[in-house]
Amino acid sequence: MKNEFQVIADLIEKDKKVLDVGCADGTLMKFLKDNKNINIRGLEISKEKVQECIAKGLTVIEGNAEKDLKQFPDKSFDYVVLSQTLQAFLNPELVLDELLRVGKKAIVTIPNFGYWKVRFHLLFKGTMPITKTLPDEWFNTPNLHMCTIKDFFHFIKSKDIKIFKSLALNNLNTSIINESNLGVKNLFADLGIFLIEK
Amino acid sequence: MNTEKNIKTLIVKKPLKLDCGKTIKDFPLAYETYGSLNSKKDNAILVFHALTGDQFVTGINPVTNKEGWWSYAVGPGKAIDTNKYFVICSNVIGGCMGSYGPSHKDPDQKIFGTNFPVITINDMVNAQYNLLDHFGIDKLFSITGGSMGGMQVLQFISNFPDKSKTVIPIATTSSHSAQNIAFNELGRQAITADSNWKDGNYTSNETNPGKGLAVARMAAHITYLSKKGLQEKFGRKLQEREDLKFGFDADFQIESYLRYQGSVFVDRFDANSYLYITRAMDYFDLAKQFKGNLSEAFINTKAKFFIISFTSDWLYPTQENKDIVIALNSIGADVGFVEIKSDKGHDSFLLDVPDFLSALKNFLDRSYEEN
Repeated sequence: MKNEFQVIADLIEKDKKVLDVGCADGTLMKFLKDNKNINIRGLEISKEKVQECIAKGLTVIEGNAEKDLKQFPDKSFDYVVLSQTLQAFLNPELVLDELLRVGKKAIVTIPNFGYWKVRFHLLFKGTMPITKTLPDEWFNTPNLHMCTIKDFFHFIKSKDIKIFKSLALNNLNTSIINESNLGVKNLFADLGIFLIEK
Repeated sequence: MNTEKNIKTLIVKKPLKLDCGKTIKDFPLAYETYGSLNSKKDNAILVFHALTGDQFVTGINPVTNKEGWWSYAVGPGKAIDTNKYFVICSNVIGGCMGSYGPSHKDPDQKIFGTNFPVITINDMVNAQYNLLDHFGIDKLFSITGGSMGGMQVLQFISNFPDKSKTVIPIATTSSHSAQNIAFNELGRQAITADSNWKDGNYTSNETNPGKGLAVARMAAHITYLSKKGLQEKFGRKLQEREDLKFGFDADFQIESYLRYQGSVFVDRFDANSYLYITRAMDYFDLAKQFKGNLSEAFINTKAKFFIISFTSDWLYPTQENKDIVIALNSIGADVGFVEIKSDKGHDSFLLDVPDFLSALKNFLDRSYEEN
C-alpha cells in the first residue's frame, strides 16, 4: 500500500464510520476494514473499479461525487476521505463543501503543483509538468484545477475551515506543515494531506 | 395450463388477510428448491420471480421442459452457487404454476377466473413468508430477484426487516411508473379484447384467449429489450424470403420472432394470471405505504443491500434503482450499487451478462464469508 494511504490510515481511529470518495479499487478501504475495524463505504465513478471493490467484499456505490454526495445526510460519517481527486472536479469548492457537510471531518490529499520538480519541468523544459503524482499529458489529464499546497492552505483558511493536521509528503518522508514553513513544504513536498473540519 | 405432476406444494393453513380486504386460508403455494440447507440453516436464499416466471429457477422446468428462467445465474458453481447455497423459489399467488390463482377452483368447485381476489406484491411476499417456517429457517442469507422479483425483495425486507442478512433487488423500482402501468394496461386490453376471454370465464386450453395473451406478450417482450439490441439482432433482416412480399405475413425476422414469443408463451401461461400479476405490479408503490417516505420502509432493517441496474434497461431504468439507493443512504443503511453496462435491455438480468453475474457472485460469496 502506498505511503499516502498509510498516512491517511494513521489519521483515523479504530471503529469509525468512513466514506472513501473516489475509492478506486478499494485498497485503502480494505486496509481500514481489515486493520482498524472501520465501517467503510466507497463512492466510485468507474464501473471496473466498482467491480474490483465488490470482489474484495467492499460496500461501494457507483456514482459521481459532484452529483451523488448529496444523498448522504449531514455528518453521517466520522471521516470522509478524498485522495488526489479534488483537482479533477468541475467545481472543487462545491465538492469540498459537500465532504465537510457529510463528514464530521474530512481528509483531503492534493498533488502539489508547487513541488520543485514540477516548477523545474515547466521552467526548463517549457512543457506541462509530468511527475510521479502527475503522470498524464496536458491533453489527457483528468485534472482541471491544479493547485499548490500553499494555494490549498490559503483557500481553506479563507473558508474558515478548521485544519486539524496538515502534512507534507515527499516519498517516504512525512512532515508537519504550518504557517511558518509553508514556503519550504510547498517546494519540497509532492503531496499535501489535510485533516479538516467545518 | 400446467400439470400437477412434479409440483411441490405447501398448503398454507394460516389465514392471510389480503390488501383487498378478503382473507384466504388453506391455499396452495407451489415451490421448488435447489442445493441443500446446511445444519446451521444459514445458507438459504429466497429467490422471487418476475411477471412470467415460476418456481423452476434453474435446470429443466419439468412442466414446460425448457430451461429454468434464471439458469444463467443459479446452479452449481454459478453466481448463486447451489453447491453452497440452498435456493428456494415459489410461484407467486395469482400465478399459474401451482400456487393459488385464478385458474384454481373456488369452494363451490367453480373456476375462479376474475372472481379470484385481486392480489398485491405485499400479499405475494406475505404468502411466501410461510416458507421460512416450513423449512425451519430463522433468517435467510439472502433475498433476490429482478423486475417484479425485485419489488418482492423490497417489500419482503420492509415487512420482515430482520429475516434476511443480505438483500439484492435487481433492475426494479419502488413504485410502478405511469409508463410501466401503460404497458401493462396494453397487455390487459389485448387479453380482454379477445372474444375467448369471456370476462375471464374460459374453461379449457382450446377456448382460452390465446390470441390476446400472445399480443400482450409480444408488446411486453419489446419493453424487455433495447433498441440497440433489437437492431443488432434483427435489423431489417427478412424472414426466409429474398424480398418483401407486399402483404401482412411476417416479412421481417423481428415480426416472426415476436409471433413465436407470443405463441410459446400462450402454451405455458394463463391469461387471467397475466391480468392479476400485472395488476399487482401496477399497484406497487412502496413509498406510498410509508406516507411517501421510501426510507421509512427500510428504517428497521440492518440488512446489507446490493442494488444492480443495467444501462440499456428503459423499463426499470437506473434512476429508479438509484432512488432506492438514495432512500437507503439517507438512513445510513449498508448499501452498494452498480450499474452494469449491457445492450440487452431489461432482460439483461436473465441473460449471460458476465459483469452482472460476477458482481452477483462476488457480493454473495464475500458476504457469506463474513457470516
